[in-house]
Amino acid sequence: MKKNFFNIFVLFCFLCICFGCNENKTNTNKIVIWHWMTDRDDAFIELANKYKNLTGVDVSFELYAPSEAYSSKVKAAAQTNTLPDVFSILGAKRDLASFINAGHVANLTSYMEENNNEWKDQFIPTSIEINEFKEGNPFDVEPGIYGVSIDFSSIQFLYNKTMFRNAGLDPENPPRTWNEFIDANKKLRAKGYQGIVGGFGEIWFLDCLTTIYAYNILGEEKFISTVKGETPYTDPDWVKVLSLFEELSKNNCFATGTISMINKTSEQTFANEKAAINYNGSWAVNVYSGMNPTLEYGVMAPPVYNSKRPMYVWGGNGSSFMVNEKSKHKEEVIKFLKWFTAVEQQNFLTDVTKNIPSNKNSLEYVDGVLKDFAKTSDNFITSWKYNIFEYPSVLEVLDKGIQSIIIGEKTPISVLQEVEQVKQKEMENF
Amino acid sequence: MKKSIKYKDIFSSYLFVLPAIILFLVFSLYPIFKVVELSFFEWDGISKFTKFVGFKNFIDVLFSNKIWWKSVLNAFYITLIALTIQNGVALFLAFCCDKDIRGAKAYRVIFYLPPVLSGIVVGLIWNWIYDGSYGFLNHMLTVLGLGQYSRAWLADPKTALMAVALIHIWKGFGWGFIILLAGLQGISRDYYESAKIDGASSFQIFKNITIPLMIPIFFLVSILTILGTMQIYDLIISTTQGGPGYHTEVPITRILTTMTGTSRFGYACAMSLVFGAILLILSIFQLKVSKKIER
Repeated sequence: MKKNFFNIFVLFCFLCICFGCNENKTNTNKIVIWHWMTDRDDAFIELANKYKNLTGVDVSFELYAPSEAYSSKVKAAAQTNTLPDVFSILGAKRDLASFINAGHVANLTSYMEENNNEWKDQFIPTSIEINEFKEGNPFDVEPGIYGVSIDFSSIQFLYNKTMFRNAGLDPENPPRTWNEFIDANKKLRAKGYQGIVGGFGEIWFLDCLTTIYAYNILGEEKFISTVKGETPYTDPDWVKVLSLFEELSKNNCFATGTISMINKTSEQTFANEKAAINYNGSWAVNVYSGMNPTLEYGVMAPPVYNSKRPMYVWGGNGSSFMVNEKSKHKEEVIKFLKWFTAVEQQNFLTDVTKNIPSNKNSLEYVDGVLKDFAKTSDNFITSWKYNIFEYPSVLEVLDKGIQSIIIGEKTPISVLQEVEQVKQKEMENF
Repeated sequence: MKKSIKYKDIFSSYLFVLPAIILFLVFSLYPIFKVVELSFFEWDGISKFTKFVGFKNFIDVLFSNKIWWKSVLNAFYITLIALTIQNGVALFLAFCCDKDIRGAKAYRVIFYLPPVLSGIVVGLIWNWIYDGSYGFLNHMLTVLGLGQYSRAWLADPKTALMAVALIHIWKGFGWGFIILLAGLQGISRDYYESAKIDGASSFQIFKNITIPLMIPIFFLVSILTILGTMQIYDLIISTTQGGPGYHTEVPITRILTTMTGTSRFGYACAMSLVFGAILLILSIFQLKVSKKIER
């Protein structure tokens, strides 16, 4: 009797293991959205509740953080076909392309363009471009718009107005040219202040800074031809780009240890007034309001090196939602996203989360430092915007090389020779 | 009748182990098989299509990837420091606590605290200690009149790796301490008393009784140290991100960068297998040496 009981128990355990992992039966009328934005979760939930009261449609925002864990979860869900109705993709545009090519992301062009581009026209152009694949893109993605931008970010220099004033600089007129920028840093140093701090340990920050100056010095055509492999990285103009970092380093413009700093540490350094200039994104407005609400700071666009060419600002790539191609609620999802990106909801998100809205009609609603960040929105550039992409391994060697230039370990030309070697190898492989 | 009972017993025995076997197959064996399989392919981690590349990934990792081997050497360097300094400190402290000093129990708790802390938190705290401008270490050096030695410890290529290794030692010595202390307390006090009666000095007791009886424990600690240190990751991510340049890159950061940064899953799997083979060879070598010494 006892033995039979044990056998039944073991069988029960076995059946539990076999069938316990079955797919959850979800509420069929519920729209499920996965995201990683911890700072925006409460605002999202509030909007979801509002939408339910208005329409009766249940929207569930599910937060998965940190971003690395979220990214892994989305990739795993894609492999097992268990993606939710809406999700965000973290990473480069090639990751979005992979999701599209694997049939996980819906092409939203027809929805964007219906009623004479009604939905599309409400976004600032960059917000559309970052989710758009054009004809002849290198990933063989069918041309179209594959995401709905909910906000965008911009990376610029922030400066401490008090420190500027104390160093004899005009806080209302920050440096506009490269030479003025170097001079301002020298004055700050003379006053005993540290200059530029940034999360340059996270090498993508260096990538942003390098790209905008490469565009300014090389021009768009030559930059693109380098990425295509037609102009070598050892070109004198590229040497000039990397020499800017050498010049900053030799003039003691960087805060001590900034090249191995994570961005959180650099934000703390700037918020605690231990450095006068911070290279950071528009999200920092929210961060600094928490870290040091009395911090008096402004935003300056990257100083121009070559006045004959436009000086771009790294930006445009904020947060976007992608619609699952296999979602059973595609039409409801689109209706929700249209409501979600309308002016009223965008204003609410700007108020609560202090991010720049993607709806151009909400830009008027933005004020303070955030407004300065948004000011240059016509001049934004990001790797997501263009249909050319450098090999990640090439970018890594370039960015790591810049770290070595800043610490005086390597010269611009030696770094560029290494970069060119990797580029050639990658071109041979693919 | 007897036969049917026998079969029934065998069946129920297998039924008992079946859940464990299923768990092992699903969560251990299948992932290993999948890693081996993927290492022969180019795959971005999302696409439905994979491209068979044979041994290309392995050949590239083994013969062309200088940064990979630099990261392996960096891990060896940290491991060497951990094996010597970390375990030396752990043995010294375990030896002290074994001597029934006052407050030994409190020390045991204190020494065991760092290992249970999150690596990320430890890294962030040490970021502040090592900070080049306002760090505690530089402040102490200035107070002691050694201000000329101040530097950004984590951003200077001459000191970055050693600085990370020291954090690892601080975080890791508690493990060794607990195991070594358990080993020391497992040695019968009769040996010590007999040796004392025979007139042996403290050093002679340590050399001729403690060390030989502790050899299996030393090997256990050294295997755990090597395997744990070679796989160092969280401290690197929270302090230097592998920088400056590639000065603090370790194999796990390289594997992760390849997998998530460049979406080359197949290549990352090949890296993982090469790294796994290195660890396996090291462990086998250690076991053989330990068996030889025990004999």
